[in-house]
Amino acid sequence: MKYSGAQILWECLEREGVEVVFGYPGGATLPIYDALDSSTIHHVLVRHEQGAVHMADGYARASGRVGVALATSGPGATNLITGIVTALMDSSPVVCITGQVASPLIGYDAFQETDVTGITLPITKHNYLITDVHEIPSVVHEAFYIAGSGRPGPVLIDITKDAQQEIIEWEYEEMTVHLPGYRPDLSPSSNDLAYAVQMIHAAKQPVILVGQGVLNSGAMAEVFEFATQTQSPVASTLLGLGSFPADHPLYLGMMGMHGEAWVNQTIQNSDLLLAFGMRFSDRVTGKISTFAPKAKKIHIDIDPSEINKNVTVDLGLVGDLKEILGRLLPQIEPAEHPEWLSQIGSWKQEAAIRDIKNMQDNGHLHAAHVIHDIWRCTNGEALVVSDVGQNQMWTAQYYRHNQPYTAITSGGLGTMGFGLPAAIGAKFARPEKEVWIIAGDGGFQMTQSELSTIVQEGIKINIAIINNGYLGMVRQWQEFFYENRYTSTPIISPDFAKIAEAHGLTGIRVTKREEVEAAVRKAQSLPETVIIDFRVEKEDCVYPMVPSNAAIDTMIRRPVSQADLK
Amino acid sequence: MRHTFVALVEDKPGVLNRVVSVFRRRTFNIESLAVGQTNQPGISRITIVVDSDKTEVNRIIPYMYKLINVIQVEDITYKPRVTRDLVMVKVNTTSENRSEIMKLADVFRAHIVDVANNSLIIEITGDEEKVNSFVDVLRPYGIIEMVRTGIVAMERGAETIFNNYFESQGFQMPVEFKFAS
Repeated sequence: MKYSGAQILWECLEREGVEVVFGYPGGATLPIYDALDSSTIHHVLVRHEQGAVHMADGYARASGRVGVALATSGPGATNLITGIVTALMDSSPVVCITGQVASPLIGYDAFQETDVTGITLPITKHNYLITDVHEIPSVVHEAFYIAGSGRPGPVLIDITKDAQQEIIEWEYEEMTVHLPGYRPDLSPSSNDLAYAVQMIHAAKQPVILVGQGVLNSGAMAEVFEFATQTQSPVASTLLGLGSFPADHPLYLGMMGMHGEAWVNQTIQNSDLLLAFGMRFSDRVTGKISTFAPKAKKIHIDIDPSEINKNVTVDLGLVGDLKEILGRLLPQIEPAEHPEWLSQIGSWKQEAAIRDIKNMQDNGHLHAAHVIHDIWRCTNGEALVVSDVGQNQMWTAQYYRHNQPYTAITSGGLGTMGFGLPAAIGAKFARPEKEVWIIAGDGGFQMTQSELSTIVQEGIKINIAIINNGYLGMVRQWQEFFYENRYTSTPIISPDFAKIAEAHGLTGIRVTKREEVEAAVRKAQSLPETVIIDFRVEKEDCVYPMVPSNAAIDTMIRRPVSQADLK
Repeated sequence: MRHTFVALVEDKPGVLNRVVSVFRRRTFNIESLAVGQTNQPGISRITIVVDSDKTEVNRIIPYMYKLINVIQVEDITYKPRVTRDLVMVKVNTTSENRSEIMKLADVFRAHIVDVANNSLIIEITGDEEKVNSFVDVLRPYGIIEMVRTGIVAMERGAETIFNNYFESQGFQMPVEFKFAS
């Protein structure tokens, strides 16, 4: 059969199992779009290419499959950059396809020409420039393999317009990947595993740290068995939320800068850290030299470059977590740590009075109330996408996920504006799921234009805007560390309820605590996307907070009034 | 402290850029860089020398392995090795000092590769110490141009770059990389 490069591209994408592509057409992708009609793949027209890559990212995180974004050359491609780095930092499998000017024009500053492979070289797991139509099948196959295997990440394919247009005789063939330098399937030696077993048996105060790697590896069952068998408490990173059920007695909560006090105290006092698929980010460790000083450390990660990168460990096991735990579990003797667990229980008890939910109602609406009510109304089963900032930390603290792949947020890069498009992508991955986005008034406005995408696609998402009239997290830092000088953090927003109406959607404004539940229930009951504008306490802070580069048990705690202490 | 890295990489466009980016991102200044083909078709060999006291120099190898096109990397700084640098020096000459310079070149086992009325090009190959001392000897005559290839290095004995980094780190590597001899 005769195929154009563009037709070959779609055929290859179908063969990789792609069902949906998020994109925005342009001059250098015209042949690709022209060939879209004959494909079974659904194309979602975004309002900005950044939205396309965040959607592909959200799709990938909700489904565990590779998400695909499509953009034209030049500005289309450069608009992808923030989303590509977001995916790289959070190990999310995304393939970005960009059009490039025709190969004879490359290097002549042609209209909408950009050196896209050059720009994305340090921010992709790998990238390709295709100038020859014959390369399309093998490159697409390799790109999906690289994006989804090992430590997942974004891969970019830049295809020149002439390669898209050229017509060749072609038939799809099964391909094998030949990448002599790529080793995604490492595995630790039995000796190292034996050493790990020894350390685990010797531990009196162990704690498991779960990260995104648990989800990427699909090792939830193994981690659960390991935790229950060794009676080890489980702390989660921001991106590990959902990998261990939050209602389990061994579950502690989130660790790190805005982790719960007892979680950080547990880590600081433990004698064995079992780091499962996490990378000891600075948001987790605080000042490295003070981090978990008494603990032996075992680090299991699929990426060898993570071992001894941020924290020096006693044993690094490189490989797939599911496989490694599968080999470890039969060698592990059941253990009990009643004293350790009761010590943690008392730390937890001490902290309870500082939880805003438990404090006396002062008539103010706090974000914690909102998120707690969303959690209650959704039975903790919704897929929740948060944006970045205070809203993100409150969501992590108050939405307690029992199911994996239901907490999605931009962790490593902290990309404001990620929430709305990522939620759209997640909805495409799991259309049966109730999807909520919790965003701040600042971040929401960064990608607000994707509301039109929601309308055009006719999808249902519930949007909760935590509206405090400030860029809240920056304001909080100004309050704590810059003597309340709120420079450029007050932010005026449109009436979000009217924004919803302008899109033919429903908007609700909530100003009181007692209105929260009814609004959430109403949003759940309506068939269309609903925006709830929660006008919350303006100058609330996320507590506890570990100041930058301090030990993680030196936290700024929520002040308590005399009334609360009673 | 100078470190010498040797890497085997796929011979494809842009690979050198990727490798160098690993050093650039971490603000290492590359002192010398040499790239060329190997006895294996499709595989290039890179020798990179960096001067750094930074402890992160140990992290270079794992970061290099993150690159899909990098097949093998070694830090051979502490291994017995042979290093060579090829230098061509263009030096001013007069009819009076020409034979004197040629004699010096002989002492260093350097070769005269071009002779003109008032200049010579001399080629010398050797380890850096030898090359540097020859260059110092020529300096008083007036060096007008000089070019160096950068250091290439090879481990002594039967050991080769194909030794498995992962094995040395205690990781098992399930996939064997066999290269045709």
